[in-house]
Amino acid sequence: MEQQTGAGSATSTSHPMIEVRGLEKAYGDTTVLRGIDLTVRRGEIFALLGPNGAGKTTTVNILTTLVRPDAGTVTVAGSDVARDAARVRELVALTGQYAAVDGFQTGEENLVMMGHLAHLPRRTVRDRAHELLERFDLTDAARRPVSTYSGGMRRRLDLAISLVASPAVLVLDEPTTGLDPAARSLLWDVVRGLAADGTTVLLTTQYLEEADRLADTIAVLHDGVVAARGTAGELKALVAGDHVRIAFDDAASLAAARDLAPAAGLRVVEVDERGLALTTPATDPVATIRDALALADQHHLALAGVSVVKPTLDDVFLAVTGATTSTEDHR
Amino acid sequence: MSTAGTLLPAVPRAARPRPAAPSAGRAVRAGVRDVGTMTAREVRRTLRSVDGLVTAFAIPVAIMLVFVVIFGGALDSSGDYIDYVVPGILVLCLGFGSAATATAVAQDMTSGTIDRFKTLPILGAAPLWGHVIASVLRNLASGVVVLGVAIALGFRPGADVLGWCAVLGFVVLTVLAFTWICAAAGLVLSVDATQALNSVFLFLPYLSSGFVAVGTMPAWLHGFADNQPFTPIIEALRGLLSGTPDAATIWTAVAWLVGFLVVSIALGSLAYRRRTAR
Repeated sequence: MEQQTGAGSATSTSHPMIEVRGLEKAYGDTTVLRGIDLTVRRGEIFALLGPNGAGKTTTVNILTTLVRPDAGTVTVAGSDVARDAARVRELVALTGQYAAVDGFQTGEENLVMMGHLAHLPRRTVRDRAHELLERFDLTDAARRPVSTYSGGMRRRLDLAISLVASPAVLVLDEPTTGLDPAARSLLWDVVRGLAADGTTVLLTTQYLEEADRLADTIAVLHDGVVAARGTAGELKALVAGDHVRIAFDDAASLAAARDLAPAAGLRVVEVDERGLALTTPATDPVATIRDALALADQHHLALAGVSVVKPTLDDVFLAVTGATTSTEDHR
Repeated sequence: MSTAGTLLPAVPRAARPRPAAPSAGRAVRAGVRDVGTMTAREVRRTLRSVDGLVTAFAIPVAIMLVFVVIFGGALDSSGDYIDYVVPGILVLCLGFGSAATATAVAQDMTSGTIDRFKTLPILGAAPLWGHVIASVLRNLASGVVVLGVAIALGFRPGADVLGWCAVLGFVVLTVLAFTWICAAAGLVLSVDATQALNSVFLFLPYLSSGFVAVGTMPAWLHGFADNQPFTPIIEALRGLLSGTPDAATIWTAVAWLVGFLVVSIALGSLAYRRRTAR
């Protein structure tokens, strides 16, 4: 099989699957990418995380040969996207932000069409379509026009279409935007399965949770540069450690606790007036909780609960971009 | 890391023999297959949409009926008007039918479909050629229907077998030129803006010798009507259909059409390579 051969030769040498060096791109006066470096290993799930306008889609468009870079190089399994676009197109499949499926064709016809365009042997095209329809639970809808499909079904078909030729690299541009939780979870399972099977997956997302749950490596893209990169754990280690959140039943207790905390050795970093809670850094969470309970007991404060807060990618995002995470508003 | 062993079965891989060394013959066969696949897609688009079928068949026949049955009597009571006007109506219908391509191409541009096609290892221009060849097939089918209705209403073409071959060739060239103009326009215009092309192809032919002789128009229109491309195109088709072709007119028409074709293929291919959706 061609892709496996291609992917195999990529691992046997020391080449990573995707290598991006010094990538720059501007549209007119607007500079979108200011020198990006990325390395994606074979079989890895790599997330490009960033808000709208960070340069995620531009990076994807360059990687999939849709847009030519101004400077820098991008190679897929050693083939340069600008100099050897034809080879890259054989290795990489794109599922874009919008389900690019034909509403006037049936699901089966869409898949058969892509099988022909992938130059699969003619006699295998229909079997391949049926295989994927079954895999993505679309067999019952196979003969219906796609215009009658639900949003989730369209996304599934869109992904199935990308997989017709068993690409070595699957690029997913914001694959779960607008999906309900069940559909999102299904898509995550599919992506994990593909990666386990040796497919390299590069996805973009503005959802911290998605990067956290799915990706082996995360690069935080901000304002055209890679602001941070690493595993979710490594990124979280970049920001301060655990915190303890102390919640109260009433505002009076909260106000009293805030005033009394410094004397009890608790440094308050955040007061949540609506949630009636305050947050304190905790190098030793157990000791901090003990202090908090003692404080509440001693002053008869109406304590509602105490919890340990682990750092999130949200914190990382805030720390490395200095931006407010307006992305969460889109959920 | 990838939690393998999810509840779902793995996505099976495609059966795909290792391709032989690239050769010119192989590349040509692959390109032909790509264009064929894209053409089948566009034919489906027409056949599956009520709008497409109405545009391709109902409107041309309606225009024919309006001119021959309703206007015909007023313009020329002798009944010969049908022989004069059918070529004009045919060309108008070919233009109108070609304009649908602009909308289809613009839809592909905004839906992200073209982006996906551009990421495939296919002949680069195959999606555009699919649109164009489907348009030729659609317009030939609608032309046959329009001609059939015309003959039923009393149109009597005088062309012999060779003449009909020339008509076929000329019509194909006309549709190729019109459709490439529309395909190129569809690459750069919004879906809404492409609708304006319909009006251009629907009204420009009236300002030619297609429906009434230029001499009957106001004097200030003569310059435009005599020299705009629809006049030689319609006159050439009229000559071919009546069995009295005029070489000079045909060459003028062919020059216009080939000119349109070359320019729009060049501009269209450039726009296609440059443009990504959104």
